[in-house]
Amino acid sequence: MKSSTRNPNPNPDTPRFGPSKLMVAFRFLRALTLVHRTAPNSSNAARSRRIQRAAFASMAYSAGPRRAWSRALLWRLHFHRARRLCAGRSRAAGVPRRPSTTRSPADELRRLVPGGTGMDYCSLLEETADYIRCLSEQVKLMQSVVDSGGPRGR
Amino acid sequence: MSSRRSRITGKEINELASKLRSLLPESRRRNMSRVSASKLLKETCSYIKSLHREVDDLSSRLSDLMSTMETDSPQAEIIRSILGS
Repeated sequence: MKSSTRNPNPNPDTPRFGPSKLMVAFRFLRALTLVHRTAPNSSNAARSRRIQRAAFASMAYSAGPRRAWSRALLWRLHFHRARRLCAGRSRAAGVPRRPSTTRSPADELRRLVPGGTGMDYCSLLEETADYIRCLSEQVKLMQSVVDSGGPRGR
Repeated sequence: MSSRRSRITGKEINELASKLRSLLPESRRRNMSRVSASKLLKETCSYIKSLHREVDDLSSRLSDLMSTMETDSPQAEIIRSILGS
């Protein structure tokens, strides 16, 4: 699988392999615009769920199929989208459900990292590292969008 | 593929532990230099959960922002021109 290393912006912060921050930002902003345009009158809760899905979607699409966690997220998103189109509501895709208090820490980690179940320990740690990296980048991105949005009501 | 979880060597456990520790941000790494792999796993899980909560929280803040945003605002225009839509 060829990783994308070409980057229009030679940004020193960009990892050599993996999604460029610009690409993730682009995808996320585009998704946000779509949410805003297609559901201007929906409730804050519904829109918030869509934004959350958009966040996980842009993370996963940018990472592509090279990672187990992004594959699992993409599968989940498509699966839930199909269910949503056929049936009624379903909870936000891509978000792990059912916080567990009775599992071992390793099992808990497997449930938290998408695609983690059934993975050997070494791979699980690899995936965890990449997932944490992309997740914290996503958080920083969303924070900067919120910050540039200015004070409410401007 | 059978699980090898119960047969990890001591050396592998140490490698695991240092790898897990390196995943945590500085703020969470402080007390983790001499804890068990199990504790590190728990801390990693707690960190991931807090990241999920942040995404959740930022999503609702973005949603609030959106409700105050007009479609014809200068910011929207800029974003539209960037995205070419």
